[in-house]
Amino acid sequence: MLASILIAFISAVFINNFVVVKFLGICPFLGVSRNIKTAAGMGVAVIFVMTFASSATWAVQEFLLKPLELEYLQTIAFILVIAALVQLVEMVLQKTSQALYKALGVYLPLITTNCAVLGVCILNLEIQGNARFLMSTLNGAFSGVGFTLAIVLFAGIRERLETADIPKCLEGFPISLISASLVSLAFFGFKGLFQGLM
Amino acid sequence: MRLLKIFKNGIIDENPTFRLVLGTCPTLAITTSAVNGIGMGLATTAVLIGSNVVISLLRKFIPNKVRIPAFVTVIAGFVTIVQMLLKAYVPALDKALGIYIPLIVVNCIIMARAESYASKNPVLDSAVDGLGMGIGFTIAITLIGAVREILGNGSIFNMPLFGESASPALAMILPPGGFLVFGLAIGLVNLLTNRQVHAAGCGAHEAGCDACPANCGFAAEEKGGQ
Repeated sequence: MLASILIAFISAVFINNFVVVKFLGICPFLGVSRNIKTAAGMGVAVIFVMTFASSATWAVQEFLLKPLELEYLQTIAFILVIAALVQLVEMVLQKTSQALYKALGVYLPLITTNCAVLGVCILNLEIQGNARFLMSTLNGAFSGVGFTLAIVLFAGIRERLETADIPKCLEGFPISLISASLVSLAFFGFKGLFQGLM
Repeated sequence: MRLLKIFKNGIIDENPTFRLVLGTCPTLAITTSAVNGIGMGLATTAVLIGSNVVISLLRKFIPNKVRIPAFVTVIAGFVTIVQMLLKAYVPALDKALGIYIPLIVVNCIIMARAESYASKNPVLDSAVDGLGMGIGFTIAITLIGAVREILGNGSIFNMPLFGESASPALAMILPPGGFLVFGLAIGLVNLLTNRQVHAAGCGAHEAGCDACPANCGFAAEEKGGQ
């Protein structure tokens, strides 16, 4: 059990990193990565929402869609659950923890349309076995950690880019994408890490 | 004439991929071949036209406060329809695009057009806007897909180009190649048109970031970065 959790962690964070390998959540990855502090804030908010969304959509799938044979409504149901959940998290945070709300508040509305969140919920459906709830929730959390790692690393690079001398036509988005390509290449080094083990 | 202008706007002046830089996830993820690009582009176009028409029809009835959830529900409905049609009639494409079909729901192009165009304009204009934006997106991702396929697989539309002896640069159809080709493509467009893409994806909207639902995070960064 512990071994499989460890494998799931390394797989979600390094080998199949959500951002640079699976291409999910690229918009915030490019949009909110201009400095490390805001990147880390966004990352924590994403971990938070991804974990809760994984549990909530598991429940919706198991207790609502499956018994009623409405699995084809997955996409609609999941996106509404995520939207409601983000609202709920925002309200709860506002009431209970002002400090946390101040830190994460501005990012929360953006997360509803972050495709990494819907993506992890849909990918969780592929998880087999008898510990599906636990593994789905953990997968959500680990994928969020992977997102945070990628966005913080990338923000570090972009802070340096600010002062670099770049050809005019490549300023802004293009040079960010080209640096992202290098980050992605680095993550490729983890490929095949488990081939010997499994 | 006016409709033609709206149509052209989506393809050239405000091309969603090269100008507005919206919908980056599918642009990077599924452009491993030109065929995938066309498939994804047309699927997105279908959803875009459908959602633009319905949202434009409902624009006087949807209360301002719940408009975003309402838009998402309409869009998700159309995505489900497209998903089922693809599964039934082109299962190979459905398999190739995989998870990115349900993820059309959160493609910021569709949300951005619903919010900044369809919710303010009559039905016919909105439909043409959806068509123009969709075709603009299709052309862009097909081009990126073609470049990556030629360099990374040595073929175009699944037809081999270079013969047996050539070994293509596999990295181009892997994730790093996606970022690289997309970045250089925007750079090239900038160079050719001598214009700058705005600092963030939503920068092109006059209304400012508060009215823009695309999660480019630009506004949050402004607020959070202080």
